[in-house]
Amino acid sequence: MIKLGVPSKGRLMEETFSWFASRGVHLKHTGSKREYAGYVKGVQGIELTLLSAGEIPIELNEGRIHFGVTGSDLVFEKLPNWDQNLEIVKYLGFGFADLVLSVPKFWIDVDTLDDFDSVAEAFREKHGFRLRIATKYHYLVREFLKSAGVADYQLVDSQGATEGTVKNETAEAIADITSTGETLKANHLKILTDGLIHKSEATLYKSKSAFFGKELVNAESKFLAHILND
Amino acid sequence: MNEQKWIEIEADRILRLFSNSGAQIVQPAVLQRADTLLDLYGEDIRARAYVTSDPFNGEMMLRPDFTVPIVKTHMTGLTGNDTARYAYCGKVFRRQEKNSERVSEYLQVGYEIFDRTDVIKSDTDVFCIIKKALGDLPLRVATGDIGILMTAVSSLKTTSSRQKALLRHLWRPQRFLAILEKFTNEVSVSIERFDGFQAEKSFANQAKEIGLRSKSEIIERIENLLQDSKEAPISTTELDVINSLLKIGDKCPQALVKLKDLLTDMPALGSAIEKFEKRLSALDNANVDLSSIDFEASYGRTSMEYYDGFVFGFYSENHINLPPIATGGRYDALTKHIDKGRAIPAVGGVVRPDLIIQSKGIEDND
Repeated sequence: MIKLGVPSKGRLMEETFSWFASRGVHLKHTGSKREYAGYVKGVQGIELTLLSAGEIPIELNEGRIHFGVTGSDLVFEKLPNWDQNLEIVKYLGFGFADLVLSVPKFWIDVDTLDDFDSVAEAFREKHGFRLRIATKYHYLVREFLKSAGVADYQLVDSQGATEGTVKNETAEAIADITSTGETLKANHLKILTDGLIHKSEATLYKSKSAFFGKELVNAESKFLAHILND
Repeated sequence: MNEQKWIEIEADRILRLFSNSGAQIVQPAVLQRADTLLDLYGEDIRARAYVTSDPFNGEMMLRPDFTVPIVKTHMTGLTGNDTARYAYCGKVFRRQEKNSERVSEYLQVGYEIFDRTDVIKSDTDVFCIIKKALGDLPLRVATGDIGILMTAVSSLKTTSSRQKALLRHLWRPQRFLAILEKFTNEVSVSIERFDGFQAEKSFANQAKEIGLRSKSEIIERIENLLQDSKEAPISTTELDVINSLLKIGDKCPQALVKLKDLLTDMPALGSAIEKFEKRLSALDNANVDLSSIDFEASYGRTSMEYYDGFVFGFYSENHINLPPIATGGRYDALTKHIDKGRAIPAVGGVVRPDLIIQSKGIEDND
């Protein structure tokens, strides 16, 4: 069987389900909507695996699933050499979100990375520690700031409610995913004009390291014929 | 004999050479406190060091190099006389995030000198002993002197805050050039947004004051920026000197001539160039063939070592794709940074025995 990994909850799951459904591939939960087990109707030889969106990149990389749907942000973050073992089958046209660097809106002297860098220096001098950026995207943020030549910052881990960290004084800035910017606004934050780190989109990936035996190749081509018809 | 055995024999030979020349052998710990390294190198160090945690000491790193541990050893063990020479041999650990073909642990054999009396002699001694350790391998030798660029920046006819901003990014060449260009422009675009700035009014429509950075810090920065915008730009003559300096790349004797050409437009470079010239004659006296050694004014700026004076690297002529077999340099400022003010001139270098063996190619397998 070909294993297809799909996010196990939330909007990403729902949109993935309907994207496949409109192409004749019906993903179904076995029991209640909350049960993390499912099956596939409409095409033979495909097995549905419901996973946390954050684990899908690793499962693909290890070859434990053959196909997987997840945000490109998670693939780029978790797999610096993602194209060694993964290939993009299709951008799915939903799940758009930007990973951006944001600072308090009342920092009226800060609009660009250039400002941010000079504030980081002054902050360290005044407060005695490096300016803190709360994020769960450590790799992407670090690489971004490195190539921009920003110094005197530190990354602090935040796995959720990241927008609240500035108010709580556990960080001075945040790097997080946003789609409408509403949460940032509500938490008195603004995006740096050149603070776009990554543009993310829900993407169907294929694992290059998963075993594709003879019997799987047939199922694979039928599956792809279904979903790549547009 | 297998390759590993050859590497160990080579490491042993070099360590003995170093200790026989009067260096004390030291063995720093593999696990180093992460905070010291993070303070010094910033988050970038996480890309190349393995991080682990200790229940009592918090975040620890597998040593990515010996410089910091050696400086710490030296500073804590000081007993009045702070002159010392150290030799060491051990593994360093480098995370390879993007290039899985590069090895992530390898042996380094190193030699470091802490000495206030004669920095030219220390520079020469380190260079020569590393060269001796490499024997008759066919090598390309590259050198540089970051002290010259630092002197150039410090002598720019501009405010000390602008000099400071440039020096802070000396090791990030792209950012350095961007800032330099900004300071050369008559009008700064980034200042226009503060036209008519009045502390209380300008904040009125803005969002809530949140976080540790206070309103007064913001006002102070805007006032500094407005003040700074009134300063005269850095002259194009001086900009040209910096640009020409960064472009210098030649054999040492020719590079000296080119450096001296810059003196007309920037006489303040005199002391730094004189130091460079003295080092060349010291190397010459030590029978180093200067006409075969490259000098690049920008050499060593992109490495994360925070070198601030003489720098060098030895490269295999047989295998031009190998990383440098030996590297080293002066890191006076680093000692000050680590020991909060107590500085001592220091210079050192490391050899990678694994690359010596690779460069030679193993001939016999018996």
